[in-house]
Amino acid sequence: MSLAAARVPLLPRLMARTAAGAAVLLAAILAGVILGETPLPWETVRAAFANNLWQAGLPVDPIDQGIIWAYRVPRTLVAAACGAGLALAGVVLQALVRNALADPYLLGVSAGASTGAVAVTILGVGGGALGISGGAFLGATLAFGLVAALARAAGGGPAQMVLAGIAGSQLFNALTSFFIAKSANAEQARGIMFWLLGNLSGVRWPDVTLAVPVAVAGFLACLWHARALDAFAFGQDAAAALGIPVRRVRIVLIGAVTLMTATMVSLVGSIGFVGLVIPHAARFLVGPRHGRLVPVAAIAGAVFLIAADVASRMLIPGQVVPIGVVTALVGAPGFALILIRGRARG
Amino acid sequence: MRLSAHNAGWSVRGREVVAAVDLEIGPGETFGLIGPNGSGKSTLLRLLAGIAPRAKGEVRLDDRPLHRIPRREIAQHIAFVEQQADTAEALSVRDAVELGRTPWLSPLTPFSSTDAEIVEAALTAVGMAHMAARIWSTLSGGERQRVHIARALAQHPRLLLLDEPTNHLDIHHQLTLLRLVSNLPVTVVIALHDLNQAMGCDRLGVMEGGRLAAVGPPAEVLTPERLAAIFRVGASRLTDPADGATLFRFHCIED
Repeated sequence: MSLAAARVPLLPRLMARTAAGAAVLLAAILAGVILGETPLPWETVRAAFANNLWQAGLPVDPIDQGIIWAYRVPRTLVAAACGAGLALAGVVLQALVRNALADPYLLGVSAGASTGAVAVTILGVGGGALGISGGAFLGATLAFGLVAALARAAGGGPAQMVLAGIAGSQLFNALTSFFIAKSANAEQARGIMFWLLGNLSGVRWPDVTLAVPVAVAGFLACLWHARALDAFAFGQDAAAALGIPVRRVRIVLIGAVTLMTATMVSLVGSIGFVGLVIPHAARFLVGPRHGRLVPVAAIAGAVFLIAADVASRMLIPGQVVPIGVVTALVGAPGFALILIRGRARG
Repeated sequence: MRLSAHNAGWSVRGREVVAAVDLEIGPGETFGLIGPNGSGKSTLLRLLAGIAPRAKGEVRLDDRPLHRIPRREIAQHIAFVEQQADTAEALSVRDAVELGRTPWLSPLTPFSSTDAEIVEAALTAVGMAHMAARIWSTLSGGERQRVHIARALAQHPRLLLLDEPTNHLDIHHQLTLLRLVSNLPVTVVIALHDLNQAMGCDRLGVMEGGRLAAVGPPAEVLTPERLAAIFRVGASRLTDPADGATLFRFHCIED
């Protein structure tokens, strides 16, 4: 924050930024609803919204109305929540682990969530009481606990954390494959493999009521701890010396990351690259301070995943490409660009 | 503000790094910690800052045990400058110094113009105001060290713990830093390697093998016998004709 910025009163500045962020998010959601295999005209979308939100009773083709309200709106909202959640998970993990490579994918959290979800679906672990999301949360917690313990035993540095994460994700991915090979029939196996690559086709309204509150809660937790995340820049001792209750902050934030990752994986499969690339892109835009980084990363993640979902529907006519494939196809070159330009700037 | 250690110690994997340290540091005092490499100076500072996990014994701030005081409140009283704290984030100098305001801020008391003034003053005090916009990775070792000191000053502590702050600094900045520190109206505990610089402290503590071997005024503590036994150097005392100050000239002693 520069002195010039400090002279503008805080509240109006904050409100202007919040409004700008909300506008960007809203525009992306609308675009996600309008665009698709069959683009729908804006008037139809507006009428369908009006009919469903305040019973406007406007004449809309019931099929269009169905596509918009039962299919595209929940799908877009869940894409936004997932993108925001995964990007925030990446921001938090990169700050706490102090490694630019940290993200829920690399640290094994996504893999653990997948294993948990698959164990519930195929093996019937929990006897129906657990649910897929619950299984994913247990798996994610277990995986992160294991990775953290291994990293600690190996000396506890940022590099050890990433190495432990790689070992953890390999283990949990192998477990997932093992469960599938052992117990799933061919049809189930195909469905699960497709889900694992990331898939938003099955998303309906009940998923929205899970994904959006989790993403909003995770966002607020991260924003509340923005200064604490800043304080980790020089390591956890420095954070402690700056008055951060390190252990409590870590538990809260890692809990939030695990919850967000598990929820998103259980709904749409494990989507890579968002958690890694979006935080770096956001840092590139607004710098490393978390007061700005957290909201920008959340919005960028939401917009990115909506765009990726639209692309996955439109790329090959009549066929949906797994969204994980799209995020990696766009993300990898995007990341390369950030690396190169970041070097030029630094 | 009085800081005291009572039988303080810290072990890692069964090895005692610091053991049985009893120490009392009075308000306004400048206390120097000296000792050879690996004698436990940094660990003792971490214990005094209250950030060493699983510490033995007790460190008290006035009469309150540190482990009973919330971290945030400790950080409002004690600032700690570690050796070699580094970051890969593209923080600017000003960003890094603003971190010093962390214990005084919360989501409901955000960074204000007063905080900005404190940060500016801290930057000026270490001569880094003209570099406020520079990115961390472009700074030299000495500039980074001065930013860390500025960060600690911005914390407005009553007690400043410094771990070899003159490392990486050229001689001009070493002397300005020591003058800055000794002019601050706060208690200072400073680990130093240069024994001539240590002569400027009010009292010295000599660390050897994790224990506090001696405590007292510099002239009493730095005897030729002790320098030979602990630092393994011979020393001649010289007197500066300009102001009558005592300094040491060191030479090797054969083992």
